[in-house]
Amino acid sequence: MSVDKTRIAEQFITAIPHSQALGMELTEIGEGSAEIVMDYDSRFIGDPETGVIHGGAVSALMDTCCGAAAMSHPDNPGLTATIDLRIDYMRPATPGQRIRARAECYHFTRSVIFVRARAMDDDDARPVATATGTFTVEAKA
Amino acid sequence: MTASGKRTGKHPEPVQVVKQRRDAALNALVDGVPYIRFLGITFDRRGDELTAVMPFDDKLIGNPLLPALHGGATAAFLEVSAIIGLSWSMLWHEIEAGALDPADLAAGRLPRLPKTIDFTVDYLRSGLPRDAYARAQVARSGRRYASVRVEAWQDNRARPFAQASGHFLMPRRDG
Repeated sequence: MSVDKTRIAEQFITAIPHSQALGMELTEIGEGSAEIVMDYDSRFIGDPETGVIHGGAVSALMDTCCGAAAMSHPDNPGLTATIDLRIDYMRPATPGQRIRARAECYHFTRSVIFVRARAMDDDDARPVATATGTFTVEAKA
Repeated sequence: MTASGKRTGKHPEPVQVVKQRRDAALNALVDGVPYIRFLGITFDRRGDELTAVMPFDDKLIGNPLLPALHGGATAAFLEVSAIIGLSWSMLWHEIEAGALDPADLAAGRLPRLPKTIDFTVDYLRSGLPRDAYARAQVARSGRRYASVRVEAWQDNRARPFAQASGHFLMPRRDG
């Protein structure tokens, strides 16, 4: 990925109001891959009894991370939109720990980008959630 | 009203008592969840039918150029609608029977709620910078697993901008 495209991708992520509101930080972007972290925040709790983060916040993280990976693919001319996204929730994220999502494009056609992602907390060996999604290939805005 | 064991009189309960009990139960389900508050989601109730409402807010934007709602905000909205819809249908009979004490619920003593196993979102068109609405339909609710569909729309009910389906693990209700 060119320096220019990396910079654009980074700027794009930081310019997304919803990702900002959730405190997401792009920590790595490659050629069709991305890593984004989201800090634990009591406003994102889904189960007040346990303090576990809501699945919806994990979904937002996964969607952003998969979208960033799709955008960073060298054959992608510009922007992308989610066609569909499936999330499997393996276990509750440990309260207090940041969640780190990694996404990679595993197939690319003229019209569709296929992406998969994993979300982890401090325990790298057991994913909190996995996702697979398809994204559009769109001309430069 | 035989199920409650309390209301065995011939006269039906006053409508405001019924409504108060239902609304207290719904509020208890929704208000206790910080993330639902964070997204600003509220629920409209007509009898047992719920409509989730997510008023537009700048922090929900995903693409500032269009502008469009963030896919993640849309996914979260659908998931919140599905879980609350499923919990509501799971608890409805107990609420109606008076088996759940609204004061208990309001104090945060909620029954255990369903947990998401998987959730699949289809993005049909881009979410506009407007209020969004969603309704969930419980396709199947078994002892252990449930399957829920949910649809979200904005200005035009016949043109949904996203739909989703998910599977949920039902809590044990035996103790």
